[in-house]
Amino acid sequence: MHIIESGNVAAATGVKLARAQVIAAYPITPQTPLTEKLSEFVESGQLAAQYIPVESEHSAMAVCIAASTAGTRAFTATSANGLLYMVEQLHWAVGARLPIVMCVANRGIGAPWTVWNDQQDSMSQRDVGWIQLYANDHQQIIDSVLKAFKLAQTVSIPVMVCYDGYLLSHTYMPFDRPEQTEVDAFLPPFAPTHFLDPENPGNFNTVTLPDVRPGVDGTLQPGYIEIRHNLHQDLRAALATYEEIDREYAERFGRGGTPFVEPYRCDDARFVAVAIGSLSYQLRDVIDQLREDGLAIGVMGVQMYRPFPDEAIARALAGKECVIVLEKALSYGNQGPLYGDIKSALYRLENRPVLHNYILGLGGREIRTQQLLDVLARSCANPGEIEDTPRWIGLKLQEEHHG
Amino acid sequence: MVKKSYCEMISRSQPGPGDGGNTGSWRVKRPVMDQKKCIPAKTGKPSCFTCWLYCPDCVVSKTIPPAINLDYCKGCGICAEECPAGAIEMVDEASFIGKEK
Amino acid sequence: MAEKTTIVNLTEEEFVHSGNRACTGCGLSIVYRMGLKALGKNTILVVPPSCLTVLQGLYPVASTKLPCVNVTFASTGAAATGVRGAMKALGKDDVNVVAWAGDGGTGDIGIQALSGACERGEDIIYICYDNEAYMNTGVQRSGTTPQGVLTTTTPIRGKLQAKKDVPAIIAAHGIPYVATASAAYPLDLYDKVKKATTIAGPKYIHVHTPCPPGWNFDTRYTIKVGKLAVETGLFDLYEIENGVFRLSAPSQRVAGGKRRPVKEYFATQGRFKSLDPELVEQIQQQVDAKWATLAAQAA
Repeated sequence: MHIIESGNVAAATGVKLARAQVIAAYPITPQTPLTEKLSEFVESGQLAAQYIPVESEHSAMAVCIAASTAGTRAFTATSANGLLYMVEQLHWAVGARLPIVMCVANRGIGAPWTVWNDQQDSMSQRDVGWIQLYANDHQQIIDSVLKAFKLAQTVSIPVMVCYDGYLLSHTYMPFDRPEQTEVDAFLPPFAPTHFLDPENPGNFNTVTLPDVRPGVDGTLQPGYIEIRHNLHQDLRAALATYEEIDREYAERFGRGGTPFVEPYRCDDARFVAVAIGSLSYQLRDVIDQLREDGLAIGVMGVQMYRPFPDEAIARALAGKECVIVLEKALSYGNQGPLYGDIKSALYRLENRPVLHNYILGLGGREIRTQQLLDVLARSCANPGEIEDTPRWIGLKLQEEHHG
Repeated sequence: MVKKSYCEMISRSQPGPGDGGNTGSWRVKRPVMDQKKCIPAKTGKPSCFTCWLYCPDCVVSKTIPPAINLDYCKGCGICAEECPAGAIEMVDEASFIGKEK
Repeated sequence: MAEKTTIVNLTEEEFVHSGNRACTGCGLSIVYRMGLKALGKNTILVVPPSCLTVLQGLYPVASTKLPCVNVTFASTGAAATGVRGAMKALGKDDVNVVAWAGDGGTGDIGIQALSGACERGEDIIYICYDNEAYMNTGVQRSGTTPQGVLTTTTPIRGKLQAKKDVPAIIAAHGIPYVATASAAYPLDLYDKVKKATTIAGPKYIHVHTPCPPGWNFDTRYTIKVGKLAVETGLFDLYEIENGVFRLSAPSQRVAGGKRRPVKEYFATQGRFKSLDPELVEQIQQQVDAKWATLAAQAA
């Protein structure tokens, strides 16, 4: 059924359809309407979940960690500094292999305070081991939430579903709300092998030694490094599993089929712009205009950032003349994080495209279509050599230093 | 190929004794019980059990007479200190060397 | 009120394995052993980093026979909330959800999450074993370290500030049950934990826990030292049940006039060796004043 709602409500609706059992959240702009909606679902009896209004994001993730260890489907959501306040817990959740799902309404991080959108918050968490999905519109928000719960419990790794604050969280768009019966058929209840159980007591996340050690039954059990290696292997394997889950979702609901990257007019393109989130859809208009001017250019949205779909990206970008990576995040003192990752994904190609990197929109700076037209046209006109130092778009009051 | 078996390693410990090894080897002094003084041993009745109550390491049994599991007794001496009948003496472990086996 | 437990009728069932890594003469070991006896099998534990993490063992062997989740230092109160939330969601309402943390994990880094859980009225038991410093990391001062105590971060003059009154802070939340207890009075502790299992909502039990290496006394004196803290009136055993304060039997005896001078307690432990007579006198006066009030209340 099609409804018109905000991105935050699309996310909340997905969580409700997924029958989350324990929800903990702390308010932060622009995530707040999502958790308000969930508390309303719970209080009105539309969702049979425990809604726990915790006193911090650190505690929100603590509740999810404990509830998930106890064998229930857990959800939270946050933004910006809230995400950073729970960083210790992010590492804990993934090390404990808990299938928690969290929405991140992307927002710039302080100091100085900003409440507006960029993606520095979640991008800065790329190395914790969580799976990261990025939605480009409201439909992808609700679809990603449902796929995220299935992926998380299939691979025992938590999943972040990220979407742009305000641009998606607060705008109203039509989207299809799947039927509950269909969702139930797609997403079985969470039934973990190990959970906190007085009938079968175990001690979770105990101090683990550098080396292997015999267990109570005499068999050798892993050390810390084996457990972490297993996590990494599972994260890499999660790529294929997500592809399968996305395929199943597409068969059932008629949407999907591009789990990792979403190319637009890329097939015959000599040039490809790459972006994450709503910017990749904004760029479609720009591409259409440049195509009218005769420029063979396309755009590719990256929808899964961790595990990094390097093979899919290399396939999509092989043979292109120039790839232009536009980012609302920065690895300060280096490059855009996506840029560095794409560069390494392309390293083994024989004819590597030239790469350009642009930083834009930090702290909510408006991204104007004309600016995008100008920079893409400029990059395509002079691909030149690979540029490892990012160019900044739309700086005022100061010269744009290339670097 | 799609992986079927995930999360084969997780830090979940199983209950069992002796995580710290044979903690009896930590002992410097050994509790030795004089059953002529021990109240339950003397009276044959379930009584006192102060040594059992205070033992931090669950190595004293609530039996008549109480028995001490020397495999795990760390030799703190709380039982000797608290015994109301003065029935437990802490004896240097060195004095047992050679006498056992 | 339930019958008082005696040594003879106290259950023989143990939930802690022998041969664990706790130090010789560990006060926590006594507290933990008694607490788990009172809680019984149908219990889930939540434990942050602390000496208890060491006692509980290294992967893959656990010294506790109950299910337990180890959590981050600051998150204990919230994690216990999460376990309770899951139990509600699963319809397992009869499980005891018990957070078990040290004094630093409770009164310092963990106080926010604990305060949140108390304010929300979570149905959990929170047990703080107070060994009055960060013992697991090698005896650094904590909020509950008493004044004058030598620690590795107050190495010369001793701690300059007074002990933080954590149970009073928790009691200010108006939760149904706050109690203090001591490793030296295991049956009193047992009965308090047992009572906590019968009360809905947040329950907080603060347990004074002597630590031979951290307090610098011989391992055989763990009980003696713990008793002296109560007998000198420095650590008081009480319950606050639905807002009603009541001294427990050992402290009632102190209120009845059998109070020993604080210097006797200080003399038993190396951690007090930098106390000068002036400060001892000052502390004695503070304790006298406190007990004048308590005795008036008790009368």
